[in-house]
Amino acid sequence: MTLLQTHNLSAFYGDFQALFEINVTVDEGETVAIIGANGAGKTTFLRAVAGALETAPDMVMFEGRSIGHHTAHEIVRLGIAMAPEGRRLFPSLSVEENLLLGGYSKRPGPWNLKRVYDLFPRLRELRHLPATDLSGGQQQMTTVGRALMSNPRLLLCDELSLGLAPVVIRDIYDCLGKITAEGTTVVLVEQDINRALDASVRFYCFQEGRLALTAPTKGFDRAAIGAAYFGI
Amino acid sequence: MEWVNTFIQGSLLGGIYALFAIGLSLSFGIMRLVNIAHGDLIVLSAYVAMVVGQGTGLDPISCLVIVVPVMFALGYALQRGLLNQTLTGGLLPPLLVTFGISIIIQNGLLEGFGAYTRRLQQGAIETASLQFPGGISIGVYPLLVFGVALLALGSLQLLFYRTGLGRAFRAVSDDADTAELMGVDNRKLYAVALGIAMIFTAIAGVLFAIRTNFDPAAGPIRLILAFEAVIIGGLGSMWGTLIGGMVLGISQAVGAALSPTWQILAGHIAFLIILIVRPSGLFPRTRD
Repeated sequence: MTLLQTHNLSAFYGDFQALFEINVTVDEGETVAIIGANGAGKTTFLRAVAGALETAPDMVMFEGRSIGHHTAHEIVRLGIAMAPEGRRLFPSLSVEENLLLGGYSKRPGPWNLKRVYDLFPRLRELRHLPATDLSGGQQQMTTVGRALMSNPRLLLCDELSLGLAPVVIRDIYDCLGKITAEGTTVVLVEQDINRALDASVRFYCFQEGRLALTAPTKGFDRAAIGAAYFGI
Repeated sequence: MEWVNTFIQGSLLGGIYALFAIGLSLSFGIMRLVNIAHGDLIVLSAYVAMVVGQGTGLDPISCLVIVVPVMFALGYALQRGLLNQTLTGGLLPPLLVTFGISIIIQNGLLEGFGAYTRRLQQGAIETASLQFPGGISIGVYPLLVFGVALLALGSLQLLFYRTGLGRAFRAVSDDADTAELMGVDNRKLYAVALGIAMIFTAIAGVLFAIRTNFDPAAGPIRLILAFEAVIIGGLGSMWGTLIGGMVLGISQAVGAALSPTWQILAGHIAFLIILIVRPSGLFPRTRD
């Protein structure tokens, strides 16, 4: 079943057009990767889906409904959550308060504080510390946990691996496997192509705001991605 | 003993200045809104209490039962209907709009009630005082007002650090865009915030009107006192605001003891000195 579909999605920052007629389809339960160089429009795409950028109603369909005109906080209630690039934790809030704020929409579902702490046991020990006192990996776990607290059907992850040590990245992607095992659909934005392709069943490659290539990950010759990635 | 009394009176006076400052501090802390109409809203609360008192025969403090919800609703509507529209274009649009609101309130009050100087009458409590050994005398009413200020700050502290609403306030203050992505309806939250700010504004307005005269043009002076208390205490620090109010109150009391003409000026001079010596206030909290 199709969970998310974009129809000729275009997005602008002021007069600057950052996305050009992007068509992406994500089925329920899938993990889909979006890859591309810096400035390819990956983050813009996630922000447009999450309602942080203005789009026409029919450009974004979720569960068969047009949601392009909804604001970000309404879209959380519909079941789309974002783990934003750069983590963007609230510095005045403790780890636990950050997680609780993620549950602000009170959407019912399997995730709660206890389940998040079971997924990331280190966070339970650190729960009373200010979120910004944590290491980069722990902060990233808090970011993912905060998004899960809204019990999303679709989780948008922006650059989970950015600035983290390889061993930490591996831990976080292991946890992502546990999240998708719950039936949560995931859209991953990554610059680390191998990491993204290992975790996903399909990928979309963006280039300068346009869709350059899409294919199932399985059996795809990774060397062939280069052209779509760099445009050479 | 004269000076001990002066010091105590000044400290207690600081309680009312802290009450003035809370509303200003809340709206700046949560939505970065510099509310130029804050002083006029304080004065407006006093007029609302006056009208309610005339209509019901209640004493001013009992009138708060009506004045507080009225001012909450006004704050909510003002933010929702008008001020939310000004928040995306930087600091200047809200400044101009609240400046306009200030002029509208002042002239509306002048039109409706005339330029007469007024005061609310609470009765015997206004002049009652407690006598202590050594000639120390403490007014019951200033003590009560100071107690209300402590209670107000304490309840705000609980609201901010013990409730989901307070958590959302702190998150929005940190990073409004990300809070929106987490499901917080910022515009609604801002409206609630100005509503809560108006609760304290209403209390401050009525309590001050019982001890000091007011007229339609009295708002700007109250705004300046509120600003000074916030800046002395340090932006974003709630208990700092109380200290800021007390520094103002003590300076004014000491100034008045030296010469009656020095009362208001002494407060402003203390403010300027602190601004020069510690530009970010005594207890700075806000990072940006």
